[in-house]
Amino acid sequence: MSKTRTLTYRDAIREALREAMQRDDRVFLMGEDVGRYGGAYACSKGLLEEFGEARIRDAPLSESGFTGAGIGAALGGMRPIVEIMTVNFSLLALDQIVNTAATLRHMSGGQFSVPIVIRMATGAGRQLAAQHSHSLECWFAHVPGLRVVAPATVADARGMLWTALQDPDPVIIFEHATLYNEEGEIAAEGEFSCDLDKAAISRSGRDVSLITYSGSLSKTLDAAQRLAEDGIDCEVIDLRSLRPLDDATIMKSVNKTTRAVIVDEGWRSGSLAGEISARIVEQAFYSLDAPIERVCSEEVPIPYPSHLEKAATPQVESIVAAVRKTLRT
Amino acid sequence: MATGNETKVHLAREHALELLQQMILIRRFEEKCAELYSAEKIRGFLHLYIGEEANAVGVMQALGPDDAIVATYREHGHALARGLPAGEIMAEMFGKASGSSRGRGGSMHIFDARHRFYGGNAIVGGGLPLAVGLALADKMQGNNRVTCCFFGEGAAAEGEFHEALNLASLWDLPVLFICENNGYAMGTALERSESNPDISQHAAAYSIASEAVDGMNVVEVEAAARRAVDAIRAGKGPWFLENKTYRFRAHSMFDAELYRDKAEVEKWKKIGPVIRFSEWLLETGMIHQTDIDSIEREVAQTIDDAVAFAEQAPWEPVEDLTRDVMTPPAREEVRP
Repeated sequence: MSKTRTLTYRDAIREALREAMQRDDRVFLMGEDVGRYGGAYACSKGLLEEFGEARIRDAPLSESGFTGAGIGAALGGMRPIVEIMTVNFSLLALDQIVNTAATLRHMSGGQFSVPIVIRMATGAGRQLAAQHSHSLECWFAHVPGLRVVAPATVADARGMLWTALQDPDPVIIFEHATLYNEEGEIAAEGEFSCDLDKAAISRSGRDVSLITYSGSLSKTLDAAQRLAEDGIDCEVIDLRSLRPLDDATIMKSVNKTTRAVIVDEGWRSGSLAGEISARIVEQAFYSLDAPIERVCSEEVPIPYPSHLEKAATPQVESIVAAVRKTLRT
Repeated sequence: MATGNETKVHLAREHALELLQQMILIRRFEEKCAELYSAEKIRGFLHLYIGEEANAVGVMQALGPDDAIVATYREHGHALARGLPAGEIMAEMFGKASGSSRGRGGSMHIFDARHRFYGGNAIVGGGLPLAVGLALADKMQGNNRVTCCFFGEGAAAEGEFHEALNLASLWDLPVLFICENNGYAMGTALERSESNPDISQHAAAYSIASEAVDGMNVVEVEAAARRAVDAIRAGKGPWFLENKTYRFRAHSMFDAELYRDKAEVEKWKKIGPVIRFSEWLLETGMIHQTDIDSIEREVAQTIDDAVAFAEQAPWEPVEDLTRDVMTPPAREEVRP
């Protein structure tokens, strides 16, 4: 039995950043307060001292400017990791991400790939209100030319970065803000990089498929645990990759359980949950024994007070209720 | 004809002929594009560079093959002056597979890795951060290369312009910013869009050395670009040129030109870069009419060849529609 160790999601990211910097001279980290401050979520704490200002590069508050500079540096032979403080701020860089990073390869007839990694925090749960709490992953997952991943576990936080850096195309990594302090077990040593393609079966079960990602995974697993006490056997799928979606794993599960609940912190209208739901209907319609249920955020900017924030976003209770609905129990 | 104020370009006959040839090539190429647009061979947006030729031609003289170029949607002239094959540029506008970007970009998105020509950006201001990043990569890798970024004066109103200038100056990056100030952002005159219409002062606000240049005078543009590139290569950080110029044609083929007087256009045409340079060369006796005739013949042949190349070039098969979205071996979308 190989040795394991416990560390936080934040430490896993820091370790992955450090490893990437050590393994490849072309890698550098750029973003607001990544250096002297140590990162808004302290992911890069201590890295400035180890790697210097050129490679742990504090950028002014110019999301579009430094994201675009990251794209240019990627074109110029570097392997930049751009950190954007939250997905809300990334909207200021949307032009560079969508109009440049995602299009350049196609628009140039295949001449220029953009090997950039963009990391950003996402999601609600910390009472940060309507300009720091949204889940806009699906906006990015909508765009051809981007790869979008959402590590929900410490192992993926540790492993996805290096794989993303090997990808010749832009990869967006969404880190849920409530996960940074979460602990998990990973191998003590060895190669941590993992695939970016496949959804994971986080819990196997026979009765209902619960499909989720990012910060909602732990709530969904908690809901599955509670339902198990009532004899309801849920399968939980962690999507891991939001673009492309791993249809095969989803359909295999739904074909087995014949019921699907999608848990997505994005707003229901135009959500990833809507896309997944459509794909299930297209590809597994005749397997279904009940309408698909979606547990999404309410159609409201995320409010500040804790009780309203909870009410606005998927919770264990709402997931349990949705599962029961598919089973009519 | 006045040359640059400090560094006078030593204008040998051969070099003068080369400058003239390149400007005439762009002029005739653009005229042919307008014709082919009317013939519906070229579709979409088409932005002509007629009147502004001295800028691309003059600046390119100062750049070497290892330097990088980032341009805008009005970039045919830059592509030609950079040495991209005219046939590939024309085929791109036809949307053919032999085009510079396999026909995927069209007139606004000409790219060429061999010439370090990074497009063809149709988001005003969008190319500036890209140029900053290319220069950052060079600085981090210890390459003594320059990234030259062309944009119009309309970009000065965009946030990305200010973010990029700040970054380039803050990080001391080897970027040559060339603002081609043709007076109009589409139909909006500079005075109607800028609180301070002196664009070179914007650069100064970011502590970037800047200079305003007569963008209708190819010799002056070349001299200024050489001064700038010399300074950048010497490690003096970014440099900014505001080239005052004018486009003789409409913004695009859809533009009815309701926003400017015909008299204004005619006034600028009289000081057009081609007519002014050729008349000056004739007056000084450096060249003769037979030289111009010979250039015109060569250029006509080049353009005929380019059009023939584009006409004969194949279309990309529809089966290849989704190629070049991701880098192969592409992880294909699971389903369409």
